[in-house]
Amino acid sequence: MTLETKPDSLQHRVMQSPLGRARGLGSGQSGAGTWKLERVTSVALVPLSLWFVYVVLHLAHADYATTRYFIGEKVHAVLFLALIVSLFPHLALGLRSVIEDYVRNDLPKFLYLFAVNAGCVLLALAAAISVIKLAI
Amino acid sequence: MEDMRDAMLVGRNSAGKRVLRPTSPHVQVYRWKITMAQSILHRATGIALGVGAVVLVAWLFAAASAPSVFAPVQAAIASPLGLLVLFGFTVSLFYHLAAGLRHLAWDTGWGFEKPEFNATSLWIFAFAAIASVFVWVIGFFLV
Repeated sequence: MTLETKPDSLQHRVMQSPLGRARGLGSGQSGAGTWKLERVTSVALVPLSLWFVYVVLHLAHADYATTRYFIGEKVHAVLFLALIVSLFPHLALGLRSVIEDYVRNDLPKFLYLFAVNAGCVLLALAAAISVIKLAI
Repeated sequence: MEDMRDAMLVGRNSAGKRVLRPTSPHVQVYRWKITMAQSILHRATGIALGVGAVVLVAWLFAAASAPSVFAPVQAAIASPLGLLVLFGFTVSLFYHLAAGLRHLAWDTGWGFEKPEFNATSLWIFAFAAIASVFVWVIGFFLV
């Protein structure tokens, strides 16, 4: 379809003013915050993920009691909680960008985003309560 | 016009004439580039690490529960399939880490020139491979 051939037909078919179009496509107002959160969590995850690799290596052959003691030690518990509060927002934002790119229709998009956000909150809470239980 | 979104693709050229704004051709039209591969890999490894995060939560939850809950989780992770998946998580983590650091460098405006881009691409693959093997050698022989 080439629009040059019938330039005026468009305005009648699309019931939207240029201002309305601009409003609909414009800033979501919270984009900068989202962008910043993605960066802050990624910077935090650099040392935390390397620390986590160390933890996995350290506990590779550990039994139940040793694992519980290790996670519950104050420094480790704090770092685990730091990992949890960095990882899950980062994961939610990453999956959100994938969903927003590939899911076109509004209802499935909403449902996927809801599932991702709810899932990340529940996983983060489950992880946090487990660490806190072992730490106190 | 089948969709409202098609109407959003209307713009004006510098002469003020109403035209369709340029759109990307289908991904299969492009010659395969390392930029495309690494963009997709960054997302794929991110999603894989999301699955890894679920395993992490299961492991923490099991550790905080009874031994009868912890044992099967630990056994599953230590099984041959579990170790293979764990190796996949390791490669994903180191790839995503290195590519993520390059994303942060890009945010400062650095690294968009072709020589820099090609060099960092190789470094990312090399780091992911070497770091993964390094960690698993430690895991198998030194721990």
